[in-house]
Amino acid sequence: MTSAGLIDLASVSAGYGRTTVLHDVSLSIDSTAFSGIVGPSGAGKTTLLRVLLGLIKPSSGTRTTAPSLRVAYVPQLETVDWKFPVTVFECVLMARTEHRFWPWPSAQERQAVAAVLDRLGIADLADRHIRELSGGQQQRMFLARALLREPQVLLLDEPTSGVDINTRHDVLHLLGDLHNDGMAIILTTHDLNGMAAHLPHLVCVNGHVVAEGAPRDVIVPSVLEETFGARLEVLQHLGMPIVVDGAYSTREAT
Amino acid sequence: METLIEPLSFAFFQKGLLVATLSGALLGFIGVYIVLRGMSYIGHGLSHAIFGGYAAMQLFAVQFYVLGAGLWGIASAIAITTVARRGRVGADAAIGVITTASFALGVALFSKFGSSGPAFDQALFGSILGITNSQIIWLVVVMLIAGAFVLLRYRELLFTTFDPEVAQASGIRVVRVEAMLMIVLSLSILVTLTVIGVTLVAAMLVIPAVIARMLTDSFGRMLGISTVVGLACGLIGMYLSYYAGVPSGTMIVLVGAVAFLVVFAVTGIRGRERAAGVDEHSGPRATISA
Repeated sequence: MTSAGLIDLASVSAGYGRTTVLHDVSLSIDSTAFSGIVGPSGAGKTTLLRVLLGLIKPSSGTRTTAPSLRVAYVPQLETVDWKFPVTVFECVLMARTEHRFWPWPSAQERQAVAAVLDRLGIADLADRHIRELSGGQQQRMFLARALLREPQVLLLDEPTSGVDINTRHDVLHLLGDLHNDGMAIILTTHDLNGMAAHLPHLVCVNGHVVAEGAPRDVIVPSVLEETFGARLEVLQHLGMPIVVDGAYSTREAT
Repeated sequence: METLIEPLSFAFFQKGLLVATLSGALLGFIGVYIVLRGMSYIGHGLSHAIFGGYAAMQLFAVQFYVLGAGLWGIASAIAITTVARRGRVGADAAIGVITTASFALGVALFSKFGSSGPAFDQALFGSILGITNSQIIWLVVVMLIAGAFVLLRYRELLFTTFDPEVAQASGIRVVRVEAMLMIVLSLSILVTLTVIGVTLVAAMLVIPAVIARMLTDSFGRMLGISTVVGLACGLIGMYLSYYAGVPSGTMIVLVGAVAFLVVFAVTGIRGRERAAGVDEHSGPRATISA
């Protein structure tokens, strides 16, 4: 990724209280970014996402953003209070934080919500309570809320965790379409094979940035060992790197 | 009909009915945010803290005691959220220490110097005796402030209540919205304290909101239903209080409790499922770095 992007981190360290989770991270997100932040649990993936979003201030280093940058964030499904009393329509409308004097939606806003729900194939669920949706539909609802902001950068925390394989494919294809339309996309994942191999750019994190680049350049045993702290084998399948646990025999797999 | 009209011939009851009804509506309205944010215990604590300010201010500046108690309550609210947010002391412990100390101070001052306003038990359990016109005006002013705040900040309030982290990422100043909500809560408790009573205000913040939650899955409807339920509790409780000869606050809360049981029974499993997740937390979520 080139410098002077939409979001730039320069030698950023960050954490919670006195605990530093990320050390000396330099990263630049430009408008062509379609990148996965990978690493084991506790590696600082979500912390990095929160630094990029500006939710955590760096303890050292600097974060700069393009003027009047519009970002949207899709949280992990597990962190959401699904019993909160909102319908799908009410939830998606939250993206439009500015409203006229009256809080209820204008005709234009109703149309915009309907259009984005339609694009994501959940138009018929607008009046349902959020708890009544499947995991895939919940993910689409949050994507709808994010898209309604018409962001330049879309950040997603583990977007395919807790959803079935079809939804995972759907989400990845949708993100690919959005990227093709010119939206920068950054997501975290711990799923190396399911997600990472489909993304054009990866950032391997384990307290610091171990490596970043195209999958074929970073999905290599030396980087994976430093990132995950375990020996992992990499096989090639249809030109795509596939990671297998080191416990497996490479002889069997080939 | 006679039963409804007869008490209205007394001026004190007219004022009491007006204040109780408006108080119920105000607490029901603002209680939706308190309950959904898991802040019920803060409401409970704040009413006790404000009692301390109320007692102290009566001694030092009788004519300004409402203002002084309000500032005391707001200071307590900010102290609680600040301590809880920093994460050094748990929110429950922070509320416990700050508010009970303030309450204890109020009791000590009342015991030592007496009160120029309502008697001790009246302050605790609510009374409609001696309601002044200025109290009614204060109540209406706070209702207008609360109404305007929710109207102008509706989506920001909803977003920060539902998901403060995503709200912050979406450009909402979450800390400022929360501080404003705490100020409105403090003022609401202050102006309803005399009729509902220190020990019972928290119940009226919670009961209408939980009843409304059992009846709907929509946030907008919950806000409306909770306000109407609070209003009805104030109205019916006031009449029952008159005929039963018990403090107004106790009867208003008992009416709310009966309404809760009826709705709980009528809405069945669906209602119980809806209410199950309400107020699982007991303090502000300390996820946003100020």
